Parts: sequence; C-alpha cells; structure tokens
Amino acid sequence: MNPVAEVVVSIALLLGCLLTVLAAVGLLRLSDLLARMHTTAKPQVLGVLLALVGVGLQLHRATDIAMIVAIGAFQLLTVPVAAHMVGRAAYRTGQVDPSVLAHDDLAEELERERRSAG
Amino acid sequence: MNPVVVALCVGMLFVAALCALIRVAKGPTMLDRVVALDVVVATVVIGLCVEAAANRHATTLPVIVVLALVGFVGSVSVARYAAKESDEERGKR
Repeated sequence: MNPVAEVVVSIALLLGCLLTVLAAVGLLRLSDLLARMHTTAKPQVLGVLLALVGVGLQLHRATDIAMIVAIGAFQLLTVPVAAHMVGRAAYRTGQVDPSVLAHDDLAEELERERRSAG
Repeated sequence: MNPVVVALCVGMLFVAALCALIRVAKGPTMLDRVVALDVVVATVVIGLCVEAAANRHATTLPVIVVLALVGFVGSVSVARYAAKESDEERGKR
C-alpha cells in the first residue's frame, strides 16, 4: 500500500473517532434532548462515512466496495429518519420546552388541524 | 497501519463509549437513552471499521451492515411507542 493512501486512511479514521468523542462529550454536557440530538447525528453520518473511507481505501474487491457504499447510503437515509421520529416523539410527549424554540412550525400545524376538525 | 494511530483511535472510541453509557445510565427520559444508545452503536460501527482497516480484511463488513440496520429499527420503534413519562417514572431524586 502506498504511503499517501496510508496517511489518508489514518487521517480519516482519526477524524471519525474524534467526531465520536466530541459527540459523546456533547451528550454529557448539553442540557436538553434537542441539543443532544444535534450532536449525536455527527458521528452517525460523517464519522461512519470517514471510517468507511478508511476501510475502503484498503480493500480492492468489488463486492467489498459495494458493501461499503451500501452501508454509507444506508446511514445517510436512515439517520435523519430516526432523528426526525425521535424529535417528534419528544415534542408529542411534552419533553420539549417551547420557550427554547425560535419558531414552532409543528404547533401552528396542530392548531390548524384542530380548527379544521372542530 | 501505524500502531500509534490505531491506539489513538481505540482510546478515543473508549472515551466516547464511556460518555455515552454514562448518559444512558443518567437518562432522564427514555428518548435520551435512545439517542445515547445511537451513539454507542455508531461507536461500535466505527470501531469495527478501525479494526478492519488495521488488519486489512473485509470479514466484519456484514456485521456492520446488520448493526446499522438494528440500530435504526431500534431507535424508530422506541420513538414510535414513546409515552408521556411522569416525574417519578424518570426517577427524579
């Protein structure tokens, strides 16, 4: 393996691990659920993608590369969906303090639904 | 791969998993624990990637696929059935 690729792999893996540490520290230090969700999405997407780049530069078989691309695409598709559902569940169960929100679109939406129903 | 890089990565992942598990233990709500467990899953996935890159094999790639899938399904199902929690359920002392 050539030295340039070696350096790129090392940097990618180190950056991915660093993102994970930062997210975990944010998980401990930030105060409410929405702020914590904001940090946790970073290692789930960018951290995993960097780690996959680190692995992908070392492998040469087409099946391995295809699987790595599939994992990356899967993370890109599923992490936002999961975060969206967790955020909505937090709002529904009253765990989000409305005073910290700059603009509350969901409240307007629910209000409109209630008025059209009643 | 340089063993110093691998050691650094493993150390950082260890600290990250520890912080996330402390958040899982503290809560206070079920959704907080779900979010923290998502970070634990991401840490395990990145750890498997580091191991695969260090030893230059592709044996653990299917494991990574399954882990990513299970993490997604787990967090979505908990979010789906999240209920209102009273203060005493959250274990406030």
